[in-house]
Amino acid sequence: MALTGIQIFKLLPKTNCKKCGFPTCLAFAMKLAQAGVDISKCPDISEEAKKSLGEASSPPIRTFSLGTGDKAVKMGGEGVLFRHEKKFFNPCALALNIKDNLSDDELVKKASEVASSEMDRVGQKLRIDAISIECASNDSAKYEAAVKLVAGKAPEAAIILNCKDASVIESAVKAVADRKPLIYCATDKNAEAMANIAKTYSVPLAIYADGLDALSALSEKIAGLGVEDIVLDSGAKTAKEILENNTQIRRAALKKGFKPLGYPVINNVQRDDSMLEANIASVAIAKYASIVILSSIEQWKNLALYTLRQNIYTDPQVPMQVEQKVYTIGDAKPDSPLMITTNFSLTYFIVSGEIENSKVPSRLAVMDCEGLSVLTAWAAGKFIASKIAAFIQESGIDKEISHKELIIPGQVAILSGALEDKLEGWKITVGPREANSIPTFLKSKAA
Amino acid sequence: MSFTAPKETYNGKVLGLDFGKGDKAVTIGGESSLPFLSFEGTIPNKPVIAYEIQDIAPDDWPEPLKEQYKDVSNDPVTWAKHCQDKLNAKAIALRLVSTHPDRGDRSASDAAKTVKDVLAAINVPLIILGSNHIEKDSLVLVAAAEAASGFNCIIGKAQEGNYKTIVAAALAHNHKLIAMSELDINLAKQLNILITQMGFDKSRLMTDPMCSALGYGLEYTYSVMERIRLAGLMQNDATMQPPILGDVGMYVWKTKETVASEADVPGWGRLEERGIAWETVTSTSMLMAGTNLLIMRHPKAVETVEKVIGELS
Ligand code: B12
Ligand code: SF4
Repeated sequence: MALTGIQIFKLLPKTNCKKCGFPTCLAFAMKLAQAGVDISKCPDISEEAKKSLGEASSPPIRTFSLGTGDKAVKMGGEGVLFRHEKKFFNPCALALNIKDNLSDDELVKKASEVASSEMDRVGQKLRIDAISIECASNDSAKYEAAVKLVAGKAPEAAIILNCKDASVIESAVKAVADRKPLIYCATDKNAEAMANIAKTYSVPLAIYADGLDALSALSEKIAGLGVEDIVLDSGAKTAKEILENNTQIRRAALKKGFKPLGYPVINNVQRDDSMLEANIASVAIAKYASIVILSSIEQWKNLALYTLRQNIYTDPQVPMQVEQKVYTIGDAKPDSPLMITTNFSLTYFIVSGEIENSKVPSRLAVMDCEGLSVLTAWAAGKFIASKIAAFIQESGIDKEISHKELIIPGQVAILSGALEDKLEGWKITVGPREANSIPTFLKSKAA
Repeated sequence: MSFTAPKETYNGKVLGLDFGKGDKAVTIGGESSLPFLSFEGTIPNKPVIAYEIQDIAPDDWPEPLKEQYKDVSNDPVTWAKHCQDKLNAKAIALRLVSTHPDRGDRSASDAAKTVKDVLAAINVPLIILGSNHIEKDSLVLVAAAEAASGFNCIIGKAQEGNYKTIVAAALAHNHKLIAMSELDINLAKQLNILITQMGFDKSRLMTDPMCSALGYGLEYTYSVMERIRLAGLMQNDATMQPPILGDVGMYVWKTKETVASEADVPGWGRLEERGIAWETVTSTSMLMAGTNLLIMRHPKAVETVEKVIGELS
């Protein structure tokens, strides 16, 4: 927890020598409390004071990335318990667990499933981010071979080495060191060995202990051995344990400034029943996990979990928006239909997706309504006849098209009369209420 | 530094609400902590799931869902008994869809008859829902409340545009009431105040802040529910202490993800699982945010969410 100005002031030399550019130490302390200046500006501060200040002012939950390259997943760094208080910053990583005692074909099949798991949703690319390779064979050579095979087949996935045997881990980390694999995991028994491997190859280290007391003690021990990027597994198995432990970990870090629990959390939600697993994963996604390990990644499950993660991590203050302009879909000709909608990303991507499905080249005029959906924007007085008319006239679209017909969303059919008055010479056609009827609507119009 | 469990101190509790009669009656709410955090409060009642049935065979449900009830859905009594006896429903929500002007515009007295027949055929608690048409619901729900007099049902939904008559009917016939507003904590508060000012006690009320589906506004519902529950528990705001309703089926089963054929969206996987995943993940999210009563449709979805509730209790 960040220190107050007064607490910082007590640690300063209190000579008011102004070398830091502030009239007094108190003024410097107040600014430092809001992280508005760097501690190094005061040349006379004692090392001991600087250390305790550094520790106190470091963010309550550490931040680092899982994996490498542009598909690496940033985790940690959260600041609130409820998304409406500000926002949740770093969407959790979803990982598929693969046992090393499967056949090579099975290993390749599962790794390629992860590699091809990317989907597009509301303009974002969403995927299964990581692979957890579990050492079920207890055979170091077999494990290493499996790790290399899987890592090769999923070149962009982050690697999690799911094994508690330090010697097996060492050879596996060496085999894929460039991928910065997460070691999962250190326990009280193998803490020193695992910490050394993590430091040698500068890879993050997950730690496991049953319950938050033991976990805090182990975390302090591992940090004491010089490991900085730590991931916490509290041993939670049921949804209740996941919810209660994850909640207490985040509260301890944010509200009590309790350093040993100021790290990202990993939850293993594997279940035989895949639908149940998807829902235990949902508990973890909503309540503070940074890595969620699954046993299977069917497309229907990925779609649901990607969407939940996207929803929970959306910034409540800023609805996702797209740029205001007239979009051409397919190679639209002058006589191609012209439609209008709002710039809420969800609306744009659903409607443009259905226009594409229709295979009828068209133009979609997207009007800035501060990212509100059609009905919401209409209810809020932003997507109304006068403003739509002005937008169409100013867009100069009439120069590009050979007709004067505007298709409006069925849900705001009520606008057609007023629009026809305001848009001189234009014909206003009411389109279907739901976007999934657009293909049939456009095809019948084009016929 | 040793770890001490960071416990919240709550100043208020969620109100308990019972509905139904006899040994099949159900009580929800009454908890004194955030959802499922029993290490820092008491949680006397688990969330409950009600099966939704309608007074006409639904023509707008996706195939995999319609299939589940194809032999029973053309008669609400048969459908209700199927849910109670075959699917061991703990509660049933009867949505009077056919009274909507665009869906048949059937009369309030028709609705009253349906309610009477269903009540005669089952012993689990009944939730009676209008068609969500503001004007028509005030007529239909008054007749329905009278037909169900003395059965301690939950009637809904009272909205800003029609609550007066519905509250009076719920009062006269001793029912519980759902107050529905649109994704806004202040609107929810205001409606609950207006209703309690009519002499309707807040302990007989449920708040429905409008339950949007996964991918179609879920995060708005999720955050409004969390804010409502925090206001009730932390600030002891009595108007925000009624239990929360999650009317999930209605919004989930019209999304593209539950409707689009596998041919149309090859990358999205099997259609039936997609639908069940949409209803379960929406429901589980609502449970995390504080929902006490869920209204759901697909039996496999209900079965899965019952397992989630089991793992959370
Ligand atoms: C999420 C939400 C919100 C969010 C905003 C989210 C956002 N970024 O827009 C918040 C909470 C901010 C909000 C606020 C309000 N909301 Co609101 N909100 C919703 C909700 C739940 C979902 C909206 C949504 O995301 N829809 C999904 C998008 C994709 O739908 P869409 O943009 O309409 O596009 C579809 C169709 O229109 C069609 N389509 C779109 N464009 C085109 C173009 C063509 C050519 C064609 C053919 C088709 C087409 O395809 C799309 C998919 O089928 C709806 C209820 C519901 N479940 O729909 C209520 C709803 C839209 N809101 C409503 C209201 C009243 C409001 C408020 C006025 C509430 C209030 N009193 O404060 C405010 C207004 C905003 C303000 N600041 O004043 C009402 C509108 C009722 C009405 N008839 O006017 C609704 C319908 C709720 C209800 N009563 O059921 N809302
Ligand atoms: S440089 Fe340090 S000692 Fe000098 S005034 Fe600034 S804070 Fe005080």
